[in-house]
Amino acid sequence: MSARYFGAAVTRLEDARLLAGKGQYVDDIELPGMLHAAFVRASFAHGRIRSIDTSDALAMPGVAAIYTMADFEDIAHGPMPPMAPHPLLKTPITYHPLANTEVRHVGEAIAIVLADSRAKAEDAAAAVVLDIEYLPAVSDATLACDANSPRAHSQHTSNIAATMKAGFGDTAAVFAKADHVLTEHFDIHRGGCHSMECRGVVAHIDLLTGALTISTSSQSPYMVRRHLAGYLKRDENDIRVMTPDVGGGFGPKANVYAEEFAVALAVIKCRRPVKWIEDRQEHFVATTQQRGQTWTLDVAFDNDGRMHAIRGRCIHDNGAYAPYGLILPATALASFPGPYALEALDLSLDVVLTNLVPTSPVRGACRPNVAFLLERLADRIARHLGIDRQEVRRRSFVRADQMPYSTGMKARDGSPISYDSGDYVGALNLVLDEIDAANFPARRNEAKQRGKLRGLGIASCVEDTGLGPFEGASVRVTPAGKVVIASGASSQGQGHRTAFAQIAADVLGVELEDVTIETADTAKFPLGISTIASRIAVTAGSSVQLAAHKVRAKAIAFASHQLEVDEHDLELAGGAVHVKGIPDMKIKLSEIARTLSGNTGMPMPGDMEPDLAATAYFNSNALTFAYGANACEVEVDPDTGDIRVVRYVVVHDCGRMINPMIVDGQIRGGVVHGIGNALFERMIHDEEGQPLTTTYGDYLLPMASEMPRIEIHHMETPSPRNPIGVKGAGEGGTIPAAACVISAVEDALGPNGPFIALHPISPQQVVTWLDRN
Amino acid sequence: MKASPFQYHRPQTREELGALLTRLDNAKILAGGQSLMPMMNLRVIAPDHLIDINRIPELAGIRETAAGIEIGAMTRQTDVLSSETVRSRLPLLARALEHVGHIQTRARGTIGGSCCHLDPSAEQPAVSAAFDAEFIVSGPNGRHVIPASAWFEGLLQSALGEQEYLEALRFKPWANGHGYGFAEYARRHGDFAVAGGIALLEGDRDGRITRAALLSFGVESSPRRLTEAEGALLGQHVDNLDIEPVIEAARSLEAMEDAHVTAGYRRHLAGVLIGRALKEACATLERQS
Amino acid sequence: MTERSVSFTLNGEQREAKVDPRTHLGDFLRHSLGLTGTHLGCEHGVCGACTVIVDGAPVRSCLMLAVQIEGSVVETVEGLGNPDSLSTLQQAFVTNHGLQCGFCTPGMLMTLEAYLRSTPMPTERDVRIAISGNICRCTGYEGIVQAALDVAATRADRT
Repeated sequence: MSARYFGAAVTRLEDARLLAGKGQYVDDIELPGMLHAAFVRASFAHGRIRSIDTSDALAMPGVAAIYTMADFEDIAHGPMPPMAPHPLLKTPITYHPLANTEVRHVGEAIAIVLADSRAKAEDAAAAVVLDIEYLPAVSDATLACDANSPRAHSQHTSNIAATMKAGFGDTAAVFAKADHVLTEHFDIHRGGCHSMECRGVVAHIDLLTGALTISTSSQSPYMVRRHLAGYLKRDENDIRVMTPDVGGGFGPKANVYAEEFAVALAVIKCRRPVKWIEDRQEHFVATTQQRGQTWTLDVAFDNDGRMHAIRGRCIHDNGAYAPYGLILPATALASFPGPYALEALDLSLDVVLTNLVPTSPVRGACRPNVAFLLERLADRIARHLGIDRQEVRRRSFVRADQMPYSTGMKARDGSPISYDSGDYVGALNLVLDEIDAANFPARRNEAKQRGKLRGLGIASCVEDTGLGPFEGASVRVTPAGKVVIASGASSQGQGHRTAFAQIAADVLGVELEDVTIETADTAKFPLGISTIASRIAVTAGSSVQLAAHKVRAKAIAFASHQLEVDEHDLELAGGAVHVKGIPDMKIKLSEIARTLSGNTGMPMPGDMEPDLAATAYFNSNALTFAYGANACEVEVDPDTGDIRVVRYVVVHDCGRMINPMIVDGQIRGGVVHGIGNALFERMIHDEEGQPLTTTYGDYLLPMASEMPRIEIHHMETPSPRNPIGVKGAGEGGTIPAAACVISAVEDALGPNGPFIALHPISPQQVVTWLDRN
Repeated sequence: MKASPFQYHRPQTREELGALLTRLDNAKILAGGQSLMPMMNLRVIAPDHLIDINRIPELAGIRETAAGIEIGAMTRQTDVLSSETVRSRLPLLARALEHVGHIQTRARGTIGGSCCHLDPSAEQPAVSAAFDAEFIVSGPNGRHVIPASAWFEGLLQSALGEQEYLEALRFKPWANGHGYGFAEYARRHGDFAVAGGIALLEGDRDGRITRAALLSFGVESSPRRLTEAEGALLGQHVDNLDIEPVIEAARSLEAMEDAHVTAGYRRHLAGVLIGRALKEACATLERQS
Repeated sequence: MTERSVSFTLNGEQREAKVDPRTHLGDFLRHSLGLTGTHLGCEHGVCGACTVIVDGAPVRSCLMLAVQIEGSVVETVEGLGNPDSLSTLQQAFVTNHGLQCGFCTPGMLMTLEAYLRSTPMPTERDVRIAISGNICRCTGYEGIVQAALDVAATRADRT
């Protein structure tokens, strides 16, 4: 088997359709007799629903039906099932498909209006009369911890939904003997996520099968099916969920949403197809948001700058519900100790309910937060001791000769977390070389001549990828000799089709173009988890490899039987099994597939099982750890406070790369996301939980005009923990990026400038900081 | 995000437009639509009637007359930007337009639309105020001219009457070789400015300032001329201007604040940017030799 | 509200249709004509996903009413090239990995198509400013920028 495709930067099989405008996104689906949904949503952050009067709205032109939760009583009731139950959450804190007694954030859905156009549905939604009793709201997680704070849920006695702990070692002892201890307070802002396609659902009852059939712009179609089936008390087989082309995910679309349930319930109720397409206004108030947290950390370190221990507390802004359980805060604790070899760690995290949209994993989940904390602490230590920032890291990182390295942390099943491979110091050294850190002072001086403050930032990270338990795949050769891969892994632009095809084509000796893929349709593959946590290359990629090998073995067994040649003397190439060294002595895969499809009355040759196909579930039972070191340079205009990232260099190791072009694309997009976090994206709410930045004029996403080129250098340390040696690459760009940019800004502001312990930072703050000098 | 229903009207002539404005209640004029359409999609406004003036040829175009350069209200920003007349006679306007939105919004957006909408951060109203442009307005009582000094009534509020429409803006070009400077700060290219500054200068043979216009925008609810500071510049030598009082004048304005920006930072920026604009104007002021 | 008829040229073909005046051009193309290549990302005129070319100029189709295209020439992504015969620009997106999820892509393509017609030799800074009204959340923009620069360079070589 030769690696013709694996590792090659082949262009994507996905592209031609999408570029020609032939993609099929959820809003591109039209069904006969389809109704269009608009939601009536809460306009203030906390209130008790007294009454909902739909009578005027129902009489409006084109309106077919308006449902509230009470209208679904004959089908289902109660809150939605939790996606990821956690023992610390005694009672799940999930939405109702439509709020029935209390609304807990601006934008919570209260009623669904169905009309023959979206415009008319919006007309009627505006005419639904709500009588909602105002309840005091809490929009700040720190204030919400106060015993006298209003409760985000009026029936709760506290806004702290759970207190999570993590750590290892004897923290008190390590702190007691440390040369130095510093305490810092960090404030990491929640932001939006903003895939360019909002969410959307089209559902109908299939006339042939009677199945409730749902197309949804989701990262987790199988979770939608599982939880909807549970909620409706139906067999999973009676519900089919598919994801069409999805216009970006980045995390929030991994949730199972109230709107998905409400649309399904509405279809069951009205027996007509229903489409709901989230608009951008709704996205700002109804799609989960990013990782807002505050941290107070103590760090113990010695005179050489070696970091020994960290302890501290986090207040995690959970928002009003926990549809995804404690997944997001759990990733914060699990991301420690990053690349640092600590002797002890002691963390406590309060998951706090607020009257805001829930937070859930967004590109990196809370890993970017932890990278920010650890890298800021490293810079802080360097500053305190007056040594180079990189020296703190070199002295504190896990060394390559310590691999595999048990961090001291425990996985959810109690097993020790162990980094599989990597060279963190090597990556840091490489990135400093590549950005030419040695000559940075000259560049700083040159910038000064132009009136600009130039700074150099560095940040490293370790990223757990390949989260289990599995994402399966089947590989089948059709009688036409084409290879069809089916998997439960949904795709949101990551290039799965190309990557999977590269893996399978090599194993089966076919051309890339001969491979097609069917993903994320519960009718085409039985099981699936979710496209999250940089896990698909590891889990599904490995499954494709294993399944393709099974198919290969079967094809060889078949050919061995037919050609009467020993299996070891056979190989696959050119869409056929042939005798090594005798290309003409062969049987085409198409012929094998045709024969194994069965002929009436004829026995299967060699008593083989029918179908040239196999399914595999790679058991991803141990995380594999990607890592990276970033360096960037910024220029600050001291008069306006403007900050420009002028250079950005990434060193990244995600093990073997299936397709370096795709990996680079993931990293570039991820870095820009992180730059957005550091400098631009600010989701502002007032004290009453009203969002103040609900347009793209107010919520600033990074644009081409302000972004630098991202230079990428790879180290390739194969993972020993899966058959293809890969590690995830979807989030590694984002994780250290905000930390790296802030490090550079702090460097630009000079030794008299502030220690920057928050993001995003604004030009206004920069001016204030410089004024204070 | 779909607009509320409305009656659509598409007059072909100014007369038809005038008649519709007289007849219809709760009507909005649709020019380039780059501010109006988002507000309608967001249902921030819901007019009963929308009067589309895109098909009235007389409202668009750039003409040089004895009284000045007239730019029809419906002239697209992209056409203003690429106009040779504007580039040579009103270089400040071209300079400012590079900061207005993006190629897609300039392709539809109009100078008149911007000057009627009056976002406090908008560049075109600011330039028109710096030039003391004249706003040529038509209505039931015929055509009349409103000077820039009377056009800006407040936040998003022009002097245009309900039954009136803006026909054109008339700019009186400054002398050939005049100095012009434009500086604004926006977070991203094409965003509405957080604040900005504009300077126009004329000088005599010796390089002494004979005429000056200074303006801050995005700071108060309307573009604000720094009249006293303008006067103080007169007679000063361009190579040796006392810029500090100008910066101080801008820094003393009553600045707005919003969710992102404090009044203090806006005032600070106003000072920085008027300083930059003035330095640029000094640099572009051609010396007579 | 009474429907109005519009006649226009769409991707080289003469078309006529009836439309509710409040329907914006993006919705009209997508849902009345079935040309779903044009995408709606924000409907308030910032994200650029809905960019189409009207009378030679790139415009945001969410900020234009369908009734306004009476007599106009409209070009959408469907007019650029087919999956099996991509245009030079589309092919450059493939080569440079200028797309991931593909949602912003039609708007990027139409913006750059119009831009490169009028600006044959842009610098990288020019291209970045040209697409400063188009948001992409996937690529970090670099592949898109490089695609445009490649197309410009190829065209310059040819002339």
